[in-house]
Amino acid sequence: MSSIVRVAGTALPLRGDDIDTDRIIPARFLKAVTFEGLGAHAFEDDRRALRGTHPFERPEHAAASILLVNRNFGCGSSREHAPQALVRRGIRAIVGEGYSEIFFGNAVALGLPCVTVAHGDALALQEIVESAPGTPCSVDLETLSVSAGERTFACSLPEATRQAFLSDGWDGLNALLQRPEEVRAVAERLPYVTGF
Amino acid sequence: MGRTLFSKVWDSHAVRRLPTGQTQLFVGLHLVHEVTSPQAFDMLRLRGLGVPFPERTVATVDHIVPTDAQERPFADPMAEEMLSALERNCRDFGIPLHGLGSEAQGIVHVIGPELGLTQPGMTIACGDSHTSTHGAFGAVALGIGTSQVRDVLASQCLALEPLKVRRVAVEGRLRPGVTAKDVALEVLRRLGVKGGAGYAYEYGGSAVRALSMDERMTLCNMAIEGGARVGYVNPDETTFAYLSGRRFAPSVAAWDRAVAWWRSIASDPDAPYDDDVVLAAAEVEPNVTWGINPGQSTAVGGRVPRPVDVPAEERAGVEEALAYMGFSGGEPIAGTRIDVAFIGSCTNGRLSDLRAAADVLRGRRVAPHVRALAVPGSVAVKAAAEREGLDEVFRAAGFEWRHAGCSMCLAMNPDRLEGRQVCASTSNRNFKGRQGSPTGRTLLMSPAMVAAAAVEGAVVDVRTLLSTEGQV
Ligand code: SF4
Repeated sequence: MSSIVRVAGTALPLRGDDIDTDRIIPARFLKAVTFEGLGAHAFEDDRRALRGTHPFERPEHAAASILLVNRNFGCGSSREHAPQALVRRGIRAIVGEGYSEIFFGNAVALGLPCVTVAHGDALALQEIVESAPGTPCSVDLETLSVSAGERTFACSLPEATRQAFLSDGWDGLNALLQRPEEVRAVAERLPYVTGF
Repeated sequence: MGRTLFSKVWDSHAVRRLPTGQTQLFVGLHLVHEVTSPQAFDMLRLRGLGVPFPERTVATVDHIVPTDAQERPFADPMAEEMLSALERNCRDFGIPLHGLGSEAQGIVHVIGPELGLTQPGMTIACGDSHTSTHGAFGAVALGIGTSQVRDVLASQCLALEPLKVRRVAVEGRLRPGVTAKDVALEVLRRLGVKGGAGYAYEYGGSAVRALSMDERMTLCNMAIEGGARVGYVNPDETTFAYLSGRRFAPSVAAWDRAVAWWRSIASDPDAPYDDDVVLAAAEVEPNVTWGINPGQSTAVGGRVPRPVDVPAEERAGVEEALAYMGFSGGEPIAGTRIDVAFIGSCTNGRLSDLRAAADVLRGRRVAPHVRALAVPGSVAVKAAAEREGLDEVFRAAGFEWRHAGCSMCLAMNPDRLEGRQVCASTSNRNFKGRQGSPTGRTLLMSPAMVAAAAVEGAVVDVRTLLSTEGQV
């Protein structure tokens, strides 16, 4: 593990509100005991429905590492397979107008920052990348900014999450394992644990 | 000043403030199933970690189990591998498993309450978004992802930020033929599918207090569809009566102390809320979804919206939904032809749901072009229904009567839609492709409404069937 300060590369615009995790990775691909190979199935049904015109299918976005989305991205099922599929497809950061909480948490645990930008800025970013797909883009967690070519936009991320990325604490398990005696103490104060 | 149930439960389970600013929260009950856990167990092995509280962890199998032929090994080798993996993981880490063949097996959100595992004042986590269901008991119950399943297995804790609390009061009386499912869909339509982000929903008001535990579970089940990770109802006499005598409920000797504690964790009358919403129960109609998220619904007497009828910012979403669903906009939802009827899931797969559907089906037949499935939420629900003869009612009406499991709610087992079939479903999600066919279409509604649609072969107001019955 390591800290995550900045993600740079090209971006992939994916328009639409309320894109749910069933669409990111259809349930039939959950039938596996590992996350391997999920990247190839990201948005499989949407891609098939759009016959080659889905942004995840476009050759000009094949190497993109920053995903540009709109509102309530990742709603629905709690499946971690969704951010796993995106990470395995090469996505390293997401920029959008908003995320479902479970998706956001799952993504953080994988080291995939999801930053929030204003509605107009999300559309502007998508337009820039649609008209010039190779535009160099970056997400900077230190300055909380997103850049696309010459333009820079402010973004936000809850401070705790930002610190977790900057300080290498985004895989939260180590912190949770540090004080087992305090965990026991809480358990022993709970009536239902002690049998009332 | 008083406090909400949410803040009392949160504070009593808080271990410490983490360096990130989040709270380390103790998890009182961790429910595990076969789909979101194998990778978590592998992560434990990789890091050489154990499970310190195996007795606070309970596993079952539900998502992938076939609901027709359950002989092992399953016909689907991948399903067999997932089940074997869970069996091995539970053995290796000492976790109780209510597996296939057990009387306690079933959908994780059905068996937790049924066994008395789910209790007021607990924190409950499960690698499944519909964990909010358990909030019906006055627990703080939330869905988590696989990395967090790993966290809870390894530490019995989660790193979380507290939620705000919105009180959703439903006042007055529901009219006959209107159910908790209709209230759940109403809340989603009014507050939106992302309106609950950052909130726990506390459902209250006279109409909610009048609901049975089964109905409260239906309501809390769908909190997550509104973006609220947690939904709950304050515990009361209905809650205590439900729990009394259940297998893992407090013993008779401890009962009075348990009830006293449960009462003490309910929200105080003067508790402050971050937001307040009031709905009139009498205004709720049987609801049906027409779109591709559960907030896109209409009363059964209403029409599918036209893009011009909705605010500009929703227009693209409505157009996308109409195109996928094959609606042109403006047509009445009643009369929409269906191909499949599905009664089951953690939303509406409990005994009272099967009874409500059977009441509609008695003496009637499913329309010839409709395939109809009744899938009990658990082995215990199935047995109870059979003791009442409900299986006979379903079969006589032309329904398939299945074993317990998630089945066509998400179609990870062989039960799935084909092509562009339209399914009247009691489940909780009408997302594109949710029921197993990438082009399949789902209309969410209550069990009685699904039964009525099965008979009619099309969406119909169940109250018209019930009233003709009354006249005979
Ligand atoms: S019934 Fe459906 S929503 Fe409920 S746990 Fe199973 S798959 Fe999830």
